Amino acid sequence: MAEAKAKFGAPAKVPAWVNLGLIPFINLLAAFFISGLVILIIGDNPLKALEVLIYGAFGYPEAIGYTLYYTTNFIFTGLAVAIAFHCGLFNIGAEGQAFISGLGVGLAALYLDFLPFWMVIPIAILAAALFGAIWAYVPGYLQAKRGSHVVITTIMFNFIAFSIMNYTLVEILISKEAGGSPETREFAENTWLALAPDFTGMADSPLNFSFIIALALSVAFYYFVWHTRWGYEIRVVGQNETAAKYAGISPARNIILAMTISGALAGFVAVNELLGVHHKVIMEFTGGFGFVGIAVALMGRNHPVGIFMAALLFGAIYQGGTELAFEMQSINKEMVIVIQGLIILFSGALEHMFRPKIESFFRRAATAKAVEA
Amino acid sequence: MMKRLKIAAMAVAAVAVSGIAHAEDFKPAIVFDMGGKFDKSFNEAAYNGAEEFKKKSGIDYMEFEVTQVSQREQGVKRMARKGASIVVAMGFAQADAVKKAAKANPDTKFTIVDMVVDLPNVQSIVFKEHEGSFLVGMAAAMTSKTGKVGFVGGMDIPLIRKFALGYEEGAKYANPSAEVFQNMTGTTPAAWNDPTKGGELAKSQFDRGADVVYAAAGGTGIGVYQAAKDAGKFAIGVDSNQNYLHPGTMLTSMTKRVDVAVREAFESAKNGTWKAGIKVLGLKEGGVGYAIDEHNKGVLDKDIIAKLEQARADIIAGKIKVTDYMSK
Repeated sequence: MAEAKAKFGAPAKVPAWVNLGLIPFINLLAAFFISGLVILIIGDNPLKALEVLIYGAFGYPEAIGYTLYYTTNFIFTGLAVAIAFHCGLFNIGAEGQAFISGLGVGLAALYLDFLPFWMVIPIAILAAALFGAIWAYVPGYLQAKRGSHVVITTIMFNFIAFSIMNYTLVEILISKEAGGSPETREFAENTWLALAPDFTGMADSPLNFSFIIALALSVAFYYFVWHTRWGYEIRVVGQNETAAKYAGISPARNIILAMTISGALAGFVAVNELLGVHHKVIMEFTGGFGFVGIAVALMGRNHPVGIFMAALLFGAIYQGGTELAFEMQSINKEMVIVIQGLIILFSGALEHMFRPKIESFFRRAATAKAVEA
Repeated sequence: MMKRLKIAAMAVAAVAVSGIAHAEDFKPAIVFDMGGKFDKSFNEAAYNGAEEFKKKSGIDYMEFEVTQVSQREQGVKRMARKGASIVVAMGFAQADAVKKAAKANPDTKFTIVDMVVDLPNVQSIVFKEHEGSFLVGMAAAMTSKTGKVGFVGGMDIPLIRKFALGYEEGAKYANPSAEVFQNMTGTTPAAWNDPTKGGELAKSQFDRGADVVYAAAGGTGIGVYQAAKDAGKFAIGVDSNQNYLHPGTMLTSMTKRVDVAVREAFESAKNGTWKAGIKVLGLKEGGVGYAIDEHNKGVLDKDIIAKLEQARADIIAGKIKVTDYMSK
């Protein structure tokens, strides 16, 4: 082990807490610092803003409920983007896959609601996964067999999904009672997912059973990617397609598989939003979660634990940002987007800015210790 | 501990103040929908109304701009909990949020614009956009030399189809052989703010022979009006009076007085005349109409105005029936 550490060009061996804790923390600090400057420029108190942001995200039970509700969506889309990343694919169609899954949820919940809840809910969840999977299967197939790049096809499939959903909601599924608002009738109560129980104090927030599903899927994701042959094959294709072929692994099969799973995972956003919160199919329920999922997967290094942490961070920023808009009138929605953008910039895009310095510091410290000993 | 002290102090102060303060107790609140208060259209009209109230009465209002679907309920409920005397919610999409918040806060007044929520503490304000659109449709068909007029909608939703249907009926009423081209900008909320695409759609309608085009598309309309100016054709504005944007090529604007509705909601809540129930604002109530000002004086012909006034009277009297897309 000692020789491996000293090898030239080997990745820096720094304590894990530095890699996973300190560096993200410093990135976050830098982002907050710049945000603070911006807030100072518009003439408000940055420390108060930070306090409101944190209080708004974690300060009282309902806030935590909202934070975890956003987190749930980000876990789903983060995992969706991550599984595609493991196969070397860039799925930017999670938004459309989630949206079209709303149709699956809707059809199941609207037309099968005579079934008892323990039948209709699983069917609706499966329908969500199935619709998302189909929507991602097509770009996956085109990539694998025809060489059409998934970045292009998935983003175009977003628009097709929006148009299909717009058409079905305005022309077909629209409810007579909705007074012209493009939405379906309310689902029957037996299809609703359980909200957070009363004793948590979060019953007034949209947090629901989907959060448990998200945690379960995270565990399943870990097991699938690192402990099954399928996951192994997907990773091999992602790292080296030629080597995969040489080893007898079919890249085409795995590209399609990874994309299908990716779409199915994205589809769970519809479960959280429609079965858990709105109880009807509405427009715009995906709210950009699919796109933020890309940032979540990047920040979380495509690992379920990292994705959970990143999703929690984004959830906190979303909910804390809402609180900011409420409590500080000088901070409007554009300002909140600036703060969110800076955090993404520093912890995602500029991730390597501080890393070399910090790593070399700890390496030097480690060497000094070794010499002393 | 500090916090608890603070709360206690605040409670004491509140009790002390509540004895004297009356007018200061009035706390209006408004929740804008997605698009935000500067969308050059629906939400901005509401913002103008709220600002007008603030200027007149000197009372500040609380506001929130929704950016996520789930924030609607959060925002409306939050305003009620912060002690708002009246919460005005903009847009049909907030109906569910208002429903839930109104049930949870039976003592708070709620006003929703563009949608009906049937609860004892909710006032619903809806507009007869089809009536106003009918009149500008007539104006378009009578001004057109080619007999072809265009319509550019924002997002393809029933509300916009309501504008389109009224416009088409108006055009056909004035000129039975008139041809109406209809295009929607898109199927996502981005369609409300895409002037480039609005301009392209207008140009394509001009290429097909249209010489008057009506935009009901929020910020997208800016591109439509610009395209009309560049091509030397006529455009019709929407919601606010937009005649001033391009004097000379703006034929008129279909006004939907959202600003008045918001201001009146605040004012009536303040002086106690606010009433729950449905308020339908059409031509009769002056809620919709067409704009004539110094910017389009020479543009809209006198004979046409006379005919429009006749049609307005006929619609109010029920002699002309304009179809409402929503109740079709």
